[in-house]
Amino acid sequence: MNAQVNMDNRGIEFGFGFLSQEASFDIQFSLIDYDGSRSYARAYLVGLLNTLLVSFIGIILCTILGVIIGVARLSPNYLINKTASFYVEFFRNVPLLLQIFFWYFAALRALPMPEDAPLIFGSSYMTIKGLYTIAPVWNNFDVFFIALIIALIVIYFFNKFAKRKQEEEGKQYPKFFISLGIFIVIPALTFIVGGVDLSWSFPELKQLAKTSFTYEGGLGIPPELIALTLALTLYTATFIAENVRAGIQGVGKGQKEAAASIGLTPSQVLKLVIMPQALRIIIPPTTNQYLNLTKNSSLAAAIAYPDLVLVFAGTAMMQTGRAIEIVAITMATYLSISLTISVFMNWYNKRIAIQEK
Amino acid sequence: MSNINFLKPNKENLNLFLALGALFFFLGIIDFCLNNFYEKNITGFLPRFISFFTPLIFGMIGLHLIRIEYSGIKFLDEINKNINTNNFNAALSVSIIILIIFGVAPLLNWFILDANFVGDTKEACTGGGACWVYIKVWFNRFIYGMYPNAEQWRVNATFIIVLTLMGLGYFFPAKFKKYLTFYYVIFLPIISFLLIYYLISGGEFGLEWVETGAWGGLSLTFIVSFFSLIFCFPIGMMLALGRRSDLGVIKYSSLSFIEFWRGVPLITVLFMSAVMFPMFLPDGTYVDKLIRVIVAITLFEAAYTAEVIRGGLQALPRGQYDAAKSLGMGYWKMHLLVILPQALKLVIPGIANTFLALVKDTPLIFVVGLLELVGMLNLAKTNPKWLGFSMEGYVFAGIIFWIICYSMSKYSQKLELKFKTDR
Repeated sequence: MNAQVNMDNRGIEFGFGFLSQEASFDIQFSLIDYDGSRSYARAYLVGLLNTLLVSFIGIILCTILGVIIGVARLSPNYLINKTASFYVEFFRNVPLLLQIFFWYFAALRALPMPEDAPLIFGSSYMTIKGLYTIAPVWNNFDVFFIALIIALIVIYFFNKFAKRKQEEEGKQYPKFFISLGIFIVIPALTFIVGGVDLSWSFPELKQLAKTSFTYEGGLGIPPELIALTLALTLYTATFIAENVRAGIQGVGKGQKEAAASIGLTPSQVLKLVIMPQALRIIIPPTTNQYLNLTKNSSLAAAIAYPDLVLVFAGTAMMQTGRAIEIVAITMATYLSISLTISVFMNWYNKRIAIQEK
Repeated sequence: MSNINFLKPNKENLNLFLALGALFFFLGIIDFCLNNFYEKNITGFLPRFISFFTPLIFGMIGLHLIRIEYSGIKFLDEINKNINTNNFNAALSVSIIILIIFGVAPLLNWFILDANFVGDTKEACTGGGACWVYIKVWFNRFIYGMYPNAEQWRVNATFIIVLTLMGLGYFFPAKFKKYLTFYYVIFLPIISFLLIYYLISGGEFGLEWVETGAWGGLSLTFIVSFFSLIFCFPIGMMLALGRRSDLGVIKYSSLSFIEFWRGVPLITVLFMSAVMFPMFLPDGTYVDKLIRVIVAITLFEAAYTAEVIRGGLQALPRGQYDAAKSLGMGYWKMHLLVILPQALKLVIPGIANTFLALVKDTPLIFVVGLLELVGMLNLAKTNPKWLGFSMEGYVFAGIIFWIICYSMSKYSQKLELKFKTDR
């Protein structure tokens, strides 16, 4: 084995024991407790969580933006239609890495220093060092969290019940509004009876040295995260918009007319006839885009957002020199995220596929 | 002139409604412009909340007044049909127009009106706009990377020859049409490789040797994309066929190959080619960085191409296979003459998307230390003499990439139409 010879020459041993050694490097931004005295395994976890965080935010935002743009592209209004196409054609044809660089090195660098930043919405500061905004301070958060879960369970059973009622008696409940009501009321009750208390902590300007300022308190979002999320969202939303457009166009005109002719209202046509069919076309390629977004988030390494690639395949590899193990672990991590989602998608596709007799 | 109903504009008082509508509409636009660009609030006497929305309200009133069906004026009817069908639509239209003015005016200022075009030093940039001098001074670096200035004709010559050869295929006489595939798939890549090896890299025939580390800029983008494109297509095709093979070994090895490359981000693949791959080589051997990168990108994109082609293969009806077999065709003959031509035609958009993704992925080669256009920009912006012009650089690169990708996607749409046959 060449690899064996090479590793012997460089004095490296193969093995995963290094994971429990002390990492002795710091990470700028972390969702869990971390400092240099923790192990490499902990550093790996920090990187993985940061990757998942940016992917999660990106997926939610790009879905919202993508659906809006996709619907706008079908608008009969010429101006809206053209603006949406312009957006899609523009952001789709510029490399993502370039967009990330643009936001991080060019656009966000033009923001004011912390001491000069104006107050936005009475709560936030947009500065060159990132966004500082209010942070919730919870009392008895776990009670609130349990209430949320209970609300979700109740909503699930309510929907099941409503569906059965509709199938048996043809009776329709306003499912969406009742669900929303449950979702608000049950957690809100905990404020009264559960001892849950919420207050906001505001960022305050603090002088570190004569010319160095920062904000304390509140929630600080680093510019790397903002740049990355912006670029990923704007880029992926173009693909989702195209999927949404294709999906809605893919539902035949006859479906709409047939639904209208049996007396459904326009909103019922959309809800009961168009959307279920369009979603069947939209969802598979859109999941692919979610996967792409997650994989593309690895470009974070280029602007020093501490994601999995930067923390583990970058810093940790420099320090330990264990190229094979670390690249293998990193690839295996992404691979298992991808495969998990594709297995889930295959199952989902089978479930929603048209049942042909 | 009796009973003018302002709630229902009608044809009788067409001119009055038109004049009033236009007045209100432009009042809205002017109000907005004054407010935004000259900081004069002509509706300042109103409460702040209302005066913020006055441009929108004026614009909507204006559009409402000109919403007259079958007015007989062609232009007005077009407007009403396209942007002014009801109040909601009018509100959206006015908002978009205001947004466009809001976005385009400062951009125009930055791009052209306040920009600096003349000069050779940073001091020449005095205006508030873009400093295109920066692009001008660094232009050669952005296109050729660290390639020596005196030798840049070699890069130009190579690109001109390759482009000419590519174009020649277009003028092939009908008699030789069947060799066209051979020409593009085998002859052209070999010629290009030889040209790049002897002309750009040099080292023989009295040409100075230029190491690949010095290559860079846009020309490197082209070299990497060109070779990866050419190689990823046949490999992807083989993988797609392999995935549908009856032989379990071939089927599952293709399947796992495809799923592996599709499951990992390109940046980790490049990491692998940079730090992990050399570990597996016998001591003393060295594979050039550029070749490693091209191989990595090729394999990565081949997996995506394979999935696209598989889609085309699956879309063909079984009858095509059966018919080809009943004519006594073997596996290769059937696929080359009957199946693939039809399947590939179906997946032109998908293949174009994969190729576009490939071109857009080339900037990633910065992780192994090769600096194509975007990498050169990042290098240039850290030059102490030229600090603070990153915006111009990224905009420049963005425009170039946009032109490349947009024309590629338009070309693919044309191809799609050309090969479209009704079945």
